[in-house]
Amino acid sequence: MADEMSLSEKPRLRLLLVDDEAGFVDVLARRIAKRNIQVCKAYSGYEAVQILRKEPFDVAVLDLKMADMDGIELLKILKKMAPDLQVIILTGHGCEAAARDGMSHGAADYLIKPCDFEELTAKIQQTALHRREF
Amino acid sequence: MTTPSQFEQTAYYKALMHKMLVTIMTVSFIPVFLVSSTIFYQFRISYKEKIYAQFMDIVQKHTMSIDMFLTTKLQEIQYLSRSVTMQKFTENMFLQQQLILMQQVYGPVLVDLGVINDQGDQTAYAGPYSLAQAHYTDAGWFRKVMADSYDISDVFLGLRGVPHFVVAVRNYQDGKPWILRATIDFEAFNTLVKKIRGGETGFAFIVNREGDLQTRPTFTNHLDKHVIKMLFKEKTIPNKSVNAHIIETVDASGVKVIYTASLLKNGDWLLIYRQNASDAFSRLNQTQTISVIIFVLGGIGIVIMASVISKRMVHRIAVSDHEKEILNQQVIETGKLASVGELAAGIAHEINNPVAIMVEEAGWIQDLLDEEEFRQSENLDEFRRAVTQIKTQGARCKDITYKLLSFARKTDPRQQDVQINNLISELTALSNQRAKLSRVEIHAELTENLPLLRLPVSELQQVILNLINNAIDAMERKGGQLFIYTRREERHVVVEVSDTGSGIPEANLSRIFDPFFTTKPVGKGTGLGLAICYGIIQKMGGEIRVRSTLNVGTVFTVYLPIPDANHHSVDECKER
Repeated sequence: MADEMSLSEKPRLRLLLVDDEAGFVDVLARRIAKRNIQVCKAYSGYEAVQILRKEPFDVAVLDLKMADMDGIELLKILKKMAPDLQVIILTGHGCEAAARDGMSHGAADYLIKPCDFEELTAKIQQTALHRREF
Repeated sequence: MTTPSQFEQTAYYKALMHKMLVTIMTVSFIPVFLVSSTIFYQFRISYKEKIYAQFMDIVQKHTMSIDMFLTTKLQEIQYLSRSVTMQKFTENMFLQQQLILMQQVYGPVLVDLGVINDQGDQTAYAGPYSLAQAHYTDAGWFRKVMADSYDISDVFLGLRGVPHFVVAVRNYQDGKPWILRATIDFEAFNTLVKKIRGGETGFAFIVNREGDLQTRPTFTNHLDKHVIKMLFKEKTIPNKSVNAHIIETVDASGVKVIYTASLLKNGDWLLIYRQNASDAFSRLNQTQTISVIIFVLGGIGIVIMASVISKRMVHRIAVSDHEKEILNQQVIETGKLASVGELAAGIAHEINNPVAIMVEEAGWIQDLLDEEEFRQSENLDEFRRAVTQIKTQGARCKDITYKLLSFARKTDPRQQDVQINNLISELTALSNQRAKLSRVEIHAELTENLPLLRLPVSELQQVILNLINNAIDAMERKGGQLFIYTRREERHVVVEVSDTGSGIPEANLSRIFDPFFTTKPVGKGTGLGLAICYGIIQKMGGEIRVRSTLNVGTVFTVYLPIPDANHHSVDECKER
């Protein structure tokens, strides 16, 4: 929920990271923040909605399977709240069909968990860029 | 595990064999026994009838001829007595002349002639004995002839002490009866009966009502008076159509005997033909013995065959049961493997999260190590190495779980139209980077205008990617050439992936598609890739084959079925 880092003076890329696996969200947030991205963590779908209400984000990374809410449902809600928010879906192996389903609901991209960190940051940068162009 | 031969030793198979043996024997024996006994019974009856008829025939014929003999003798004497007066007979020479004349005409059957007056005194005699003054008032025949006008006596010794019998006729001279008597030679008469023979034990004889022998039998068997009485009883009322009778009885020595009898001499005598049953039915008994031998030999044959057949059948059943048991065990093993696969997939899914966190934490340490404060640390390189190692091993874990999940997951069954060449182009593009790192060149030679396939795309991708990756792995050290061909062969589209790697030893070729079989160094392969491919291609109704030559390379060939609906487009392609 808290901002991890706010070192840069430039308008930084704002990222919302949503996953109910706390350990994963924490370490990922720390590493992403180190790459000059402003990261906000949400440990559930509900929390993600609360945070998005308060502040805008460029990109959201969503886990598809969460205890309280289905990733696709959350995607629909978030897209309704902020139509130009870029969403990257993280999905477990064997759930590509669900991920592709997410793409049809407006997700920008998807990655299969566990993913390569460099690939993830690259995709975040890429989609953010896309958003700005858009 | 038990072998088929051990199998057969169990009580179940022994009981089965026993049942088969009994069934085969019963089914074989009963009809044979019924048929042969019926035939034999009928044969026995008709044979017996035939033999009895023969006996009756013999006895009847001889009865007639003996009766004829006696009647003839009687008539001759009657003729003689009436041809001249009694006075003429008393002339001694006349009687002598008549005797010689008759002996000349009829043979030496007549022994002597005598003339007896009504007082029983012999008044004239011609013959070999000195009986001129003999007196016969006490003789049975004399009384009978005086009463009945003629008589043929039983055989007796009489005054001369030699067996003989008498033919006498009564005549009247001046109102007084007189008798002409002739003696019949016993031997001549005996020959008549003695010549009646049959088989080895068949012979005939004559008895009178008292059971006394009237002829000398060929065999001096003890004569059973009881039997003779019985035979006479049967004949007290002579039957016109059947004047012979047969009885079968057991004599004193326990031998079964057949008596055939017929009355003669107006019921005074009985001609008896006697033969042992075993002799009379010798042919029948022979046949019986032969049939029994055949039956016994056939029975032994049946028993042997039944035991051989049942043994063989039980052996076959045991073998097939054994095979079934092995198959069952395989099915159970397969089921176990499947459940192990599911379990592994579940664990893999669970492990993914902690592994992801570990890898990211290691990444975080790496990030931090890049910062100023750690740069001076003397163990910096060691930290870096350790963190890299954690990441590498984490990646390995991911690789394993990824493959386990692929192996066990329920794949997307949706079939789509696939243009195989496009799919291969995409996949080679994906693999190019990795190939370059391993100094492998990928060459794709794709036949154009191949028919569309209707298959689950993601699965097909997985198979071809796996084959490409394996080929690159095989050439990783030295580099090499990777060829991908597509072509059409009858009802299949063929994809061939070949490498110029080290090849697979022949011993390993047969196991290459087994799950968890790998030739890669420990930690590199899971042994699941090709097993997954095999399963996928089988499910598609296709085929995957491998051939390999050591130090030359390996070729994997995948046959993918062309759906029927594509017939047209394929033919059109051909025409072009």
